[in-house]
Amino acid sequence: MLPGRCLATLALLALGAMAVPAHAATIRIVMENMVISPAEVSAKVGDTIEWVNKDVLAHTATAKNGEFDVTIAPKKTVKSVLTKAGTVDYYCRYHPNMKAVLTIAP
Amino acid sequence: MFVRLGIAVAALSLLNCAALAQGAKPTDPQIAHIAYTAGVIDINAAKQAEEKASNKEIKAFAKDMARDHEAVNKQALDLVKKLKVTPEDNDTSKALSKQAADKLAELGKLKGAAYDKAYIDNEIAYHKAVNTALETQLIPSASNPELKSLLQTGLKIFQGHQQHAEHVAAGLK
Repeated sequence: MLPGRCLATLALLALGAMAVPAHAATIRIVMENMVISPAEVSAKVGDTIEWVNKDVLAHTATAKNGEFDVTIAPKKTVKSVLTKAGTVDYYCRYHPNMKAVLTIAP
Repeated sequence: MFVRLGIAVAALSLLNCAALAQGAKPTDPQIAHIAYTAGVIDINAAKQAEEKASNKEIKAFAKDMARDHEAVNKQALDLVKKLKVTPEDNDTSKALSKQAADKLAELGKLKGAAYDKAYIDNEIAYHKAVNTALETQLIPSASNPELKSLLQTGLKIFQGHQQHAEHVAAGLK
């Protein structure tokens, strides 16, 4: 194989690796000691949210506009894919004092 | 409203009087006992509600309460074991248990929608009273930092329960 073509292949591979997270990222949102963090997250349609519950209690991520309602058992992680753009206020149904915002770009 | 306030005030004055009677702020073993007792009281109320409630939302709320308070009490037991602290019974715990037993008997006589409303109203008042006691007395008195931290998390959980109960109560009307 010619060195030039090899470099081109490597460059393509590198581009490919970079392109994947730009199209569909995985974003971690952690629930710990009754706090959701980060409290404000920007994401895109197609991104995956990884909901991590570090508490001994079950929590939910419930969108006020009904867009999603995810239940996360104690010490578990649940993944969900964002399908619709918009600014979504969400909270935990079991502990409504846990609140956060997800801004989803198209 | 006056009834609710009355319950909250009565619960609090019981807490305050008992502590004052001892002439000092509660010790860590006493605080652990009070916090655990407060959890057991709400679990018992939830178990009664799971059997007696007719409204679906009330039944679900009761299930949530039993599950959360059992999880918190397990955490509390693990902590006292780790700290080698033996929870110590005291006048505040006794007064709380006595008052809760009376309330359970009173609720036990009600049926249907009347029971549902009385249970959820009491849940709001009870969590409010416990939260005030945590904020003004139990957390400031706790000397072990791990116990203090558990009580602080407990306060956030119970504030969440109070809001949850308020949502459920608003849905009944």
